Amino acid sequence: MSEKIDARGLSCPQPVVLVKKAIDKIGKGEIEVWVDTVTSKENVSRLARNAGFEVSEEEKEKEGEFLLKLSKR
Amino acid sequence: MSKTLSFFASRWGIIFAGAFIGILAPLLQKLGNPANMGICVACMERDIAGALGLHRADVVQYLRPEIMGFVLGALIAALMFREFKPRTGSAPIIRFFLGVFAMIGALVFLGCPWRALLRLAGGDGNAILGLAGLAFGIWSGVQFLKGGYNLGRATATKPAAGWVMPVLMVVLLIFAIFTPQFAPGGPIFTSTKGPGAAHAPLIISLIVGLGVGFLAQRTRFCTMGAIRDVILIRDFHLFSGILTLAVVAFVVNLVLGQFKIGFANQPIAHDNHLWNFLGMALSGLAFALAGGCPGRQLILSGEGDGDAAVFVVGMIVGAGIAHNFALASSAKGPGAFGPAAVVIGLVFCLLIGFSMRERSRA
Repeated sequence: MSEKIDARGLSCPQPVVLVKKAIDKIGKGEIEVWVDTVTSKENVSRLARNAGFEVSEEEKEKEGEFLLKLSKR
Repeated sequence: MSKTLSFFASRWGIIFAGAFIGILAPLLQKLGNPANMGICVACMERDIAGALGLHRADVVQYLRPEIMGFVLGALIAALMFREFKPRTGSAPIIRFFLGVFAMIGALVFLGCPWRALLRLAGGDGNAILGLAGLAFGIWSGVQFLKGGYNLGRATATKPAAGWVMPVLMVVLLIFAIFTPQFAPGGPIFTSTKGPGAAHAPLIISLIVGLGVGFLAQRTRFCTMGAIRDVILIRDFHLFSGILTLAVVAFVVNLVLGQFKIGFANQPIAHDNHLWNFLGMALSGLAFALAGGCPGRQLILSGEGDGDAAVFVVGMIVGAGIAHNFALASSAKGPGAFGPAAVVIGLVFCLLIGFSMRERSRA
């Protein structure tokens, strides 16, 4: 299962709400999340780690944007 | 830099921020701020509204430098760590009125969530009702969040938009220092009696504000978020910050002889349980729908978040309305029209909560 979420421009706590819904839906697998604030990056990463996902940060499309890859096997 | 980054984002970082506020807020009281009001974002914005003449309650008029410090401290932190990011456009008019009603609810209770914690730490039992109301309001907000409530995306904008609030704060700071008279008798108004006349020396208030603003920006300290995250995702990260604040402030109050337990005759408080609860429930719901407590909104406005800035301005205008229309409580109890305003505010928040939702994209 994999999910893609674009949380750019969304303010707290929307990115976390969207990722939470995706985690609840797929249970395990891959989730890709775009965020554009460091706060959202921290919040999404903390949520994902608490749910047993590994978090890696991928390339930036442009300054200040982050692609987070969450995965759980 | 990355080591400091990870410290501030860590559990110890948020605990450090809570302890920092927990020590300094009671000290500000010792140095002159009103009792159990070392830091209260709602009360301080209300005093600013008074100093500018947006209301004429002559006991609560003072340009509180802590507020300017929060925004400017957050600005400094955001610039240092490259997080200053001008953005706006997420339903600003709704955020404005969420700010207005958040302030009205806070002034029915007599305090923002930070002051609710400080009141509890000072022995004011009425704070329990306020905090219970706050939690209930946030819980209600979480139900909307789960149901797809969303104020929509903000978009990046030009730097000028992000600088409006910091520049406004510098102007207010200049007014605070020089207290110019724009008309006979004011503004700038400055209370000569009451809570507005009680304040720590300006320079100390400003330095504490800058420090708190800096730390709160780095750690994302937020009282509403603390309770929301526990309810929504069982995450106690932010909660450990507010718990630390309350415990440390309690100890400091004991040391300074500022602890007085009870419900009756607490400083700048009333003991009408129903309206303490419902006032803060309104605020909690409005904060949850807007995504941050009043302190957090100030910090975000210093980071360039124009939508948070609109919420802050809404709160300041709301303070003017609360005092001009006899909504704000006093030590005697709720104002004549306070309860009615809380009900109207709750209806407004419910309408917004139900109407601003995205259909599930599944």
